[in-house]
Amino acid sequence: MTVQYSELIQPERVHGSLYTDPSIFAEELERIWYRTWVCVGHVSEVARPGDYVRKNVAAQDVIMTRSADGEVGLLLNRCAHRGNLVCEDRRGNSSSFRCPYHGWTYRNTGELLGYPYNQGYGGKNKLELGLGRVPRVDIYQGFVFASFAAEGPTLKEHLGAAAGELDRLARLSPEGEVELTAGWLRHRAKANWKLLVENETDGYHPQFVHGSVFSVTGSPIGALYSDKSTAVTRDLGGGHSENDLRPEFRRAARPMGWFGTSEARVPDYVAKMRALHGEQAEEILIEGAPHVMVFPNLFIAEISVFTIQPTAVDETVQNVTAVQLKGAPEMNRRLLSQCVGSVGPAGMLLADDSEMYERNQRGMAARRPEWLDIRRGVGRERIDENGFRIGAANDETGMRGFWAHYRGLMEEGAAQ
Amino acid sequence: MSSLEPGEIERFLYREARLADEHDYDGWEALWTDDALYWVPAGGPDVDPESQMSVIYDNRSRIRTRISQLKTGKRYSQSPPSNMRRLISNVEVVAVEGTDTVAEANFVLVESRERGTTLWSGRATYRLRRVEDDIRLAYKKVVLVNSAEALSTLAFLI
Repeated sequence: MTVQYSELIQPERVHGSLYTDPSIFAEELERIWYRTWVCVGHVSEVARPGDYVRKNVAAQDVIMTRSADGEVGLLLNRCAHRGNLVCEDRRGNSSSFRCPYHGWTYRNTGELLGYPYNQGYGGKNKLELGLGRVPRVDIYQGFVFASFAAEGPTLKEHLGAAAGELDRLARLSPEGEVELTAGWLRHRAKANWKLLVENETDGYHPQFVHGSVFSVTGSPIGALYSDKSTAVTRDLGGGHSENDLRPEFRRAARPMGWFGTSEARVPDYVAKMRALHGEQAEEILIEGAPHVMVFPNLFIAEISVFTIQPTAVDETVQNVTAVQLKGAPEMNRRLLSQCVGSVGPAGMLLADDSEMYERNQRGMAARRPEWLDIRRGVGRERIDENGFRIGAANDETGMRGFWAHYRGLMEEGAAQ
Repeated sequence: MSSLEPGEIERFLYREARLADEHDYDGWEALWTDDALYWVPAGGPDVDPESQMSVIYDNRSRIRTRISQLKTGKRYSQSPPSNMRRLISNVEVVAVEGTDTVAEANFVLVESRERGTTLWSGRATYRLRRVEDDIRLAYKKVVLVNSAEALSTLAFLI
C-alpha cells in the first residue's frame, strides 16, 4: 500500500506512524538519506594527504579520504570483488586500501591497483572495477557533504539560508576556519531520527528537560527560551531551522556573553578578533555562534557540532564533537571542556534529551491519539524583514518547516 | 607505612561500587579528594583528554555539579534511577607513590531501566590516598570495553 504523505503530514499535526513504521523508514533512506545532501564530517579530520576516517551516510559505510593531490573524496567501504570491507580501522593514513580477503588493492581515490594471481583474469589491468564512490561530494566552510543522487540541487542550493549560519560559525575563528579535530562521541538512542531533528530547535523543552542542570549551575540558557525572551525561532526554508538568540545577546550587549564568559577570561582571543575585524568585532563577539539545524542531519548548537545517523526506524546514533576555532587555542580548551560536560552519553544536557527521545518512541507505541501536535505558535508567526517565517523563542516554527520540506521530498520521491 | 594493604584496597573498591550502584550520591561524592579527576575516555584507552572528547572528564567542581544535578530528582536520564549491580575483580596494585596507591580492576555492570538491560564492562584505574585513618579517591579512569562504539546513555555513576 502506498503511503500518502499528504495525509500523514498536516499543517498542525503529524501522524505517529511516521516515527514507527519500518516501511516509511525504508522510503526515507531512498528519498532523503540517499538523495539529498547529508553532512559526513569536516575536512580538518583528514588534514594531510593519505588521511582517512570512516564515516556513515545512514547505513552506508563510507571512507572519507584525502588524496595525494589534496582532494577530499568519499569511497564506499566495499571491495569490488566479493563485497568485503576494505577498511577496518576507524582512521589512519594510507595511500591505498587492501582487502584482506583476496588481497585486492585500491588507491585512496578508489581505482583498482592490483589483484593477486592476475593470470586468472588474463593478466594485469584487465578489470574495469574500483571502489564505489559517493556520486557527489561538496564542501562548505570545511563541512563535507555527500549526495548519492548523481543529479539534483547543488549543495549551495540545498543549504540556502543555512549557509549563512555556517559562515557565522566560521567567522568566530580569528583565521576564519572551524576545525573538528577533537574526535567524536557516539551516542546511541532507541528512537527515530526525526525526534532528534525536531528537538534540536525546539525552544519549548529546555526549561523542563534541562531545568535540573540550569538550577544547579545558575545557567542563563533557560531564560533565553522563556516566554519573556526576545529570541526567535526561524524557519530558514529547505527544512533548516534555527533558534536565533541574537536579540537576547544584543540586549545584554556583553562580548563573549553568548559563551557564558567575559572578554577578561579570553583576552588573547578577543584581542585577535578586534585586530582582525576592527569595529565589526563587537557584533561578532556579542552575537556569538548559531543554533541551527541543517536538514537532515547537521546540528550546530553554539559550541557543539552534531551529525545524526539513523540506523533503524527506532534507533539513531548522534555523533558529537566540540567546535574548535583555528588560531584560538585559549578558546578551544574552554570549548572542549564545556562541550564534554554537556553532550554525549553522560552529558549534563544531552543525556536528558536522549532520555526524552527514547520515552517518546515508547510512548508512540500507544494507539491513541495517533497524532503529534506541532501547532504551537501558529497564531503568532510572522514574516521577518528577509522573508523568513519566525515564531517566538519556544514556538514550533522550526518543526513545521522541517515537515514541509520532508513532505516535499517524500512526495517527489514517490513520483519518480 | 603509606601503602595500602591488599584487603584494604578491595574493601574500598567494593564500597565505592556499592555507593554508586545504590545511588548514594552524598556517600559517593564524599570519597573524593579535592584534586579529584573522574575520567571515562571515548574512542580508546589513551586518547588525550585535554584535546579530545571524553564521555566524562570531571574535576572536583564538575563532580559536584554532576552530583547536584542527580540530586534534583529531575535529571531524567537517572530519574527514575537505573537499577544496577557491578562486580569488581582482577584487582592489581600497579604503583605506590608516596601516600597514593594506584590500583586497577575489571568490572562487569548490569544496568536495568525502562530502555532495557545494558551490560557495561571495562577496566578501571583508581588512585587511592590514605588521609589520616581514611582512604580517599583522587582519580578514577574507566576504560569501557566498547569505548570506541556508539554508547547508550550513561548518566549513572560508573
